[in-house]
Amino acid sequence: MVDIKTSGVKPLRTGFTHLIERFGDKRPPNRYQEATYDLQPTVNFHYKPTWETEGERDLYDARRTTIVMNDWYDLKDPRQYYYGAWTMTRAKQQGALDQQIEFVTKRDLLGSLPDQAKAQIVWGIVPLRHYEWGANTVNSQVGAYGFGTAITSPAMMQAMDRLGMAQHLSRIGLFTDGNTGDSLDQAHGHWMNDAEWQGLREQVETLFVTRDWFEAFVAQNLVADSYVYPLFFSHFEAQFTRVYGASLSILTDYLLEWQKEVARWVDAVIKTAAKEGAENQQLLETWVSRWRAAFEEAVSPLAVELLGGDEAEVVLDEINADINKRIAKLGVA
Amino acid sequence: MSAVMKDKAGRQPPKKLSLKQNYEMLTRGLGWEPSYQKKEDIYSKLTYEGIHIHDWSAWEDPFRLTMDAYWKYQGEKERKLYAIIDAFQQNNGQFNVTDARYVQAMKIFLNAIVGLEYASHRGFNMLSREFEGVGPRVAAQMQAIDELRHATTQIHALSHYQKYFEGMSDFPQQFDRTWYISIPKSFFEDAQTAGPFEFITAISFAFEYVLTNLVFMPWMSGAAYNGDMSTVSFGFSAQSDEARHMTLGIEVIKFLLEQDERNVPIVQKWIDKWFWRGYRMLAVLAAMMDYMLPKRVMSWKEAWEIYFEENGGALFADLERYGIRMPKYYEQTIHEKGHMSHQLWSTFYQLRKAGGFGVWLPSEEEMDWMSEKYPDTFDKYYRPRYEYWRELEAKGEPFEFEGLPQLCQTCQWPCLFTEPEDPTQLCFRHSKYKGERYNFCSDGCKDIFDDEPEKFVHAVLPVHQILKGEYFREGADPRAEGFDPMFEALSYMGIKPGVDGGLFSEHVDAKKWEEWTGRPANIHEGPVSDAVRKTG
Repeated sequence: MVDIKTSGVKPLRTGFTHLIERFGDKRPPNRYQEATYDLQPTVNFHYKPTWETEGERDLYDARRTTIVMNDWYDLKDPRQYYYGAWTMTRAKQQGALDQQIEFVTKRDLLGSLPDQAKAQIVWGIVPLRHYEWGANTVNSQVGAYGFGTAITSPAMMQAMDRLGMAQHLSRIGLFTDGNTGDSLDQAHGHWMNDAEWQGLREQVETLFVTRDWFEAFVAQNLVADSYVYPLFFSHFEAQFTRVYGASLSILTDYLLEWQKEVARWVDAVIKTAAKEGAENQQLLETWVSRWRAAFEEAVSPLAVELLGGDEAEVVLDEINADINKRIAKLGVA
Repeated sequence: MSAVMKDKAGRQPPKKLSLKQNYEMLTRGLGWEPSYQKKEDIYSKLTYEGIHIHDWSAWEDPFRLTMDAYWKYQGEKERKLYAIIDAFQQNNGQFNVTDARYVQAMKIFLNAIVGLEYASHRGFNMLSREFEGVGPRVAAQMQAIDELRHATTQIHALSHYQKYFEGMSDFPQQFDRTWYISIPKSFFEDAQTAGPFEFITAISFAFEYVLTNLVFMPWMSGAAYNGDMSTVSFGFSAQSDEARHMTLGIEVIKFLLEQDERNVPIVQKWIDKWFWRGYRMLAVLAAMMDYMLPKRVMSWKEAWEIYFEENGGALFADLERYGIRMPKYYEQTIHEKGHMSHQLWSTFYQLRKAGGFGVWLPSEEEMDWMSEKYPDTFDKYYRPRYEYWRELEAKGEPFEFEGLPQLCQTCQWPCLFTEPEDPTQLCFRHSKYKGERYNFCSDGCKDIFDDEPEKFVHAVLPVHQILKGEYFREGADPRAEGFDPMFEALSYMGIKPGVDGGLFSEHVDAKKWEEWTGRPANIHEGPVSDAVRKTG
């Protein structure tokens, strides 16, 4: 056997200076830390943004939200996503989903559903591609104008995730219409014109003009998703499955699993911001309760239409109870 | 009767979609006309630059990648890349590069380029929020995440080097504060603080499409020639991203020009501005190509002839039908191509104590190469200077510039370039604005300032900041006894005084290199220490 000799060359340092200052030099910094901390410039900004309408602001400026943090890098992502970790995880999940899609395609599970089942999908699920596109817009805002890479990088990944979800929901539509795209046009019509959908669309459009990026983050990723995901992908899906079998849930389960993962990040960010001080905590509470009222009202007619009045009431109570538990844990109830 | 075949169960098989159709179905219809909020409130930054867009759907998608395909494609690339980086680190791959001078070039890349990729990432993220059409927004976010990828993988690829060599362990601080990195930083911040259409013209077209080959070529081929497997594997991996970005650049320009005639003069002005800004920023690459790569790929002059004069010339000939002409002052770049790298390296040499890397004079062999590559300029203007400086070094009195250079208000280089028609005269230009005098290195930079003085008076010029006493670490007291402004300013910039800069032959990297590898730190000169074993 040949001994592999190590050269005996000792490195001069274990990691980048700014990371050793933050974490000490007992352990080499990991790749998440290397790719995240202190990446956003902090001083010597050269010019004033010509697009800024809120007064004197720097290119990167903590004053674009009323939330205040002593160190914005406290808002770390428990998933420790840097680009490679994120994209390799998603690739793996997509690989698994592809097998489900293949299964559905081979048997034409959605295309062979009765017309009224397909109509339910087109009315109740496919319009959410627009909701996801809205969430992409909001998270793009967080990624663009947020402060500190700890929050902006995962927001960028979240925006791309939402584009992926929007495309996945579109694909579900195409399964029902044999790839003609008619379902997408119909779903677009529902989103634009059907009375039950208007509350949700109105709130999404309101998010587009919500300039405080942290508020938009909370309203979208905590509040709106807490109503939309369980209502459509859990409760409506369950009812659909009882009548028509599991063909839809094979494709929507992916969204629920994804939301579960993302909630870990969203919760960590909000919990940390709330713990920072009473003013943050108050502000977050106000935002949560204001946007809850708005989104609960927005999804109620959808719940009634999809589940029937009695069931809708039960389901919304259940969703509200879950939200109460969640925000209590985050300290913003 | 239907002509469409049905399967056994009597079902119509789903229509086959091409990649393009699939992409468009899944993506293009995601947006909608808002009715609860005003469009101009949602997309509030689209009109103030004077650009007119009538039909966002006329956008041709350059990428056509849906996220499922993107994740799988990129995930596979990432898996391979990190496997190589891991192997590189385990095998002490940093010692396989040609010599320790190559490492000096990497310092400029790590300290500057990571920050630029990041700036580009944030800039495209803004576009992915601000554009109205789904097509351009998706294109912008695809590029935004790619740029984040590049910043990330560069940090990870270079992390190993900074553990063994000086001058790379403070890259965020250097990006924010080092005087010569203020040049590229101000370039990207200029674009980011502009409107969305100017940003995308600046970065996607002028930089990515017209000039990016000039960045990639010396960097990636330079890495390959010099045994830097870590950078090479990053580079190969980034190449397919870059191909997407270049496609975006040309699509953007065509889209803007086709939408409205009134866009043409605005776009031309931006092309003029960003071509010149990009060209000035790339001056550092000229010096790297000709002086810093121990094994050279090609000269700056050759690169400029191929990648700008030939390729760029063909591109602008093609754009003529839109009413677009060659960028203003392009003739001057042709005058300067035989001078720029030499003038810049001479400046770095003279200012070496304020630099973050070691510098050296070209060896006899290297000077002969330059005589061959620069037959009209090198022997006439630059060889005599280097030979004189070599004599001074041999006498133990190496030449250096004392004091602080005058910086150009626009590009932020010291005013080191010569008059377009006279390489013996330094070029200085001035403008007055609100009673203040501003200095420039060239007509191109003066024009840019004169067009937007209100923007450019806010440039943070490191030399001015030092003179104002504002470029020191917190707590530094200029009135204290023994206060050394140079020492304090360098410390503020993330440069270790007396360690990071200076003559390469005295540099700690050179000595350590010979100690660790037993090979000369400079393959063209004798060893700098006794650590290199004498052979033969």
